[in-house]
Amino acid sequence: MTTQIDQPQADLELDTSGLLCPLPVYKAAMAMGQLESGQVLELICTDPGSLEDIPAMARQRGDELVHLDDRGDQQVFWIRKGTS
Amino acid sequence: MTAENSQESSNPKRLALVASKGTLDQAYPPMILATTAASLGWEVGIYFTFYGLDILHQDRFEKLKVPSLANPAGPIRLPNLLGAVPGATAAATRVMQKWMRDSRMPELPDFIEMSQELGVTFFACATTMGVMGVDESDLIDGCDIAGAAAFLDFAADADVQLYI
Repeated sequence: MTTQIDQPQADLELDTSGLLCPLPVYKAAMAMGQLESGQVLELICTDPGSLEDIPAMARQRGDELVHLDDRGDQQVFWIRKGTS
Repeated sequence: MTAENSQESSNPKRLALVASKGTLDQAYPPMILATTAASLGWEVGIYFTFYGLDILHQDRFEKLKVPSLANPAGPIRLPNLLGAVPGATAAATRVMQKWMRDSRMPELPDFIEMSQELGVTFFACATTMGVMGVDESDLIDGCDIAGAAAFLDFAADADVQLYI
């Protein structure tokens, strides 16, 4: 579940602007693979499905969506890597 | 993290797909679902059967076509009579490839590579190989040749099973 806290410090940034499903999720998963448990990925998406897809991805992977900035034509997600 | 959110790493969810079509437009959906599910940490297996086996065929997977006939939602919308004209299938295929390129979508061979890197299991239907005269050496590397029972054994423990 999303916790509305202040924008957290990101350990890694990934911009998927212009990319469509499945690439934002695929690239985000690759990026999460580079992080340690507890570290945060800042993920920029423009895919219209991302508002649904990225929270679903976090839920399925066991990561935590800690913050979302919906800028209309662009969404920025902060995802904290879980223990898996 | 709440209990319902946690994904037990020792017991990941499983997706079992059947890919039964050998046209380019029908080859994308199983590959998109497979790469997505694998990105979510799921275990994924695809059973390539009948025409779907062309997706694993070394000489064919880079040359899959989009049918211009009996495909009213296809990239070029022609009456069937015109869809049968020589070159119409090639034209429909080129249009879809352009759509994909313009959308910065991976091409089918890229999806195959992405899937394999994510550990997706490719089951090649043994019966199809026998019926259609496809040899193991005709297939891309890394396929498991399997009959229906072996795939069903995998699918029986899947959380999601889809036939495409």
